[in-house]
Amino acid sequence: MSFKDIELNMGPQHPSTHGVLHLELAVDNEIVTRVKPFLGYLHRGIEKICEQRTYQQITPLTDRLDYLAAISNNLAYLLTVEKLAGIEVPRRGQYIRVILTELQRIASHLAWVGFFANDIGAMSVLLYGFAEREDILEIFEEYIGARLTVHALRIGGVPHDLDEKIMDMIRASLGTIPGRLADIEGLLSENRIWKHRTQGIGVISGTDAIEFGLTGPVLRATGIRWDIRKDIPYSSYGDFEFDVPLGKNGDVYDRFQVRIEEIRQSARIIRQALDRLPEGEIRAKVPRVMKIAPGEVFHSIEAPKGELGFYIKSNGTDRPERVKIKAPSFINMHSLELMCTGSLFADVVGILGSLDIVLGEIDK
Amino acid sequence: MSGFIVSEIIIPVIKSVAVALFPLVMTVVMIWMERRVVALIQSRLGPNRVGFEGVLQPIADAIKLFFKEDIMHRGADRSLFNLSPVLTLFTSLLAFCFVPLGDSINVFGYTINLWVAESPVGLLLTLGISSISVFGVIFGGWSSNSKYPLLGGLRSVVQVLSYEIPIVLTVLSVVFFSHSISLVDIVASQKAEGMWYAFYLPVSFIVFWISAIAETNRAPFDLPEAESELVAGFHTEYSGMKFAYYYIAEYTHMVLASSLVVILFFGGWLPPFPNVEALSFLGYVPGFIWYLVKIMFFLYVFIWIRATFPRYRFDELIRLAWKWLVPLSLANVMAIALVRSLG
Repeated sequence: MSFKDIELNMGPQHPSTHGVLHLELAVDNEIVTRVKPFLGYLHRGIEKICEQRTYQQITPLTDRLDYLAAISNNLAYLLTVEKLAGIEVPRRGQYIRVILTELQRIASHLAWVGFFANDIGAMSVLLYGFAEREDILEIFEEYIGARLTVHALRIGGVPHDLDEKIMDMIRASLGTIPGRLADIEGLLSENRIWKHRTQGIGVISGTDAIEFGLTGPVLRATGIRWDIRKDIPYSSYGDFEFDVPLGKNGDVYDRFQVRIEEIRQSARIIRQALDRLPEGEIRAKVPRVMKIAPGEVFHSIEAPKGELGFYIKSNGTDRPERVKIKAPSFINMHSLELMCTGSLFADVVGILGSLDIVLGEIDK
Repeated sequence: MSGFIVSEIIIPVIKSVAVALFPLVMTVVMIWMERRVVALIQSRLGPNRVGFEGVLQPIADAIKLFFKEDIMHRGADRSLFNLSPVLTLFTSLLAFCFVPLGDSINVFGYTINLWVAESPVGLLLTLGISSISVFGVIFGGWSSNSKYPLLGGLRSVVQVLSYEIPIVLTVLSVVFFSHSISLVDIVASQKAEGMWYAFYLPVSFIVFWISAIAETNRAPFDLPEAESELVAGFHTEYSGMKFAYYYIAEYTHMVLASSLVVILFFGGWLPPFPNVEALSFLGYVPGFIWYLVKIMFFLYVFIWIRATFPRYRFDELIRLAWKWLVPLSLANVMAIALVRSLG
């Protein structure tokens, strides 16, 4: 029997395909010669359902896209609707949105670090990341009552003001982040096995990354500075000082470093927003039945996974005529074939993990 | 006559049963300990419901596995599929025959040696028999007739082949000191030297320990069953008691590897510094207890390493063996041979 060209079906039931992704791999003595993703195991037709819901009713649907970063999805959708309807969100509302989305980014990145390290075989990091994420989810629970699919933002602003208790919880959580990150980095960053498994693996050049339309930490790991929060500021991100962490080599290790640094920068943004929280309204006046005049608009934000965009076309009723979601995971996943071909089978898991895909967003 | 029956039949039978049960009991202890220690390292609780602090959890797991359906899928090679788990478990238990669990003890006037068989080539036999168990892994992966188990089986062939060499080479350096390859004599010679061999042969000890982890397929070298890549590796298709056989065999191997490290480098059942007068009171603790304490320490290190390190990649694993461990142990053996022949 020859071991050339074994065809392996990785998934949809496999411990490290992060959901129900199905990869068809051709392996030649453990060297990958072909990668073909099969999608749709989690397809729920969210874009189509949106056409039958009012604008308010769509918000909770967006929670189910990238379920590890529900608030970011909410924000992307709501900003698009507000742009279409011409609604101005009060400054306090904008700041609270920033605080919540940055907390969500930290939670999403921490979950990613854990799952990714677990894919490489470092099992304890998962729990260290989740300990901090748990604190953040408790903040969400205190704020809105839910933890995962939160539905924390509303058209025109946010549903509740931040009270002292939540602000204290946020400050306490920010205080524990440096220590927990030090734990994670202490276990991984300088570990020889970790470096062997991540450095020079899954390399993609900046040019290729742009060709493929990659966004988010995967793009920034190649050294290209593109962060919508900085370049096209929305929701008063222009008010805050923060750095855009960049990688150099575009490999798995750089993606890890970029995300760890982004957690620190997000903490920095939250601290500034808490200190300078403006007084005033938290939500603009929005009619209960919201009819939007015919028009179409696209708006995108910097979600934890990359550039998350919504295209909405209105037709004068209280429901959109068409909603199209530009999901970063979907686009980033397409670089998998380029990165995996020629690498070892064991690295496919690491590369796939490093892209930080969520199947809820890919299959919609 | 009755003395003959007791010393020639009853005692050997009891010893055989006890030595076969010892790894199984240790497996039960280890399953509990592994889950609790990993939980401790990961700041969570771990199983603490069944019995006091969850000590009965392994029993509950065993009962569950016992009543699970034993699935054999249609494509599997029937006889080999059934044989492999038994082969793995049987050989790993058999290797314990030659492992001295403690000093000779006197019970009712009978002298009982805490080992089943004493062979002048006990070390070779132990290593040889425990190596046969890899066939169970290979056959298990092959007869499953499924791709992930096949890859897991293939990996284990290369892994065991590579790491056998440094193991044997480091063992050789111990033999230069003990002038014997009987495990009992090796411990006895450490008593005569008054020093554990780990202090004489630190390089041998480290190489042996790394190779032993690789031989037992434990993290960070757990490639044949790399969970995130190969689902469960060679035992993906196994369920019920056959899966449990592999599971027990893995822990038995860990106990065996720890036992060998303790016997070769840490004086087996001897107390620390056996010839120092001031510490002679340590000799009142039975030898079996010393042996147990020492292997528990190494079993703990197994768990500690698993909870801390990421997994090696396959090519790096092989590179580590052939580019580092084999040359290192070769140089080590030659240096020791030179020193011993001059001294």
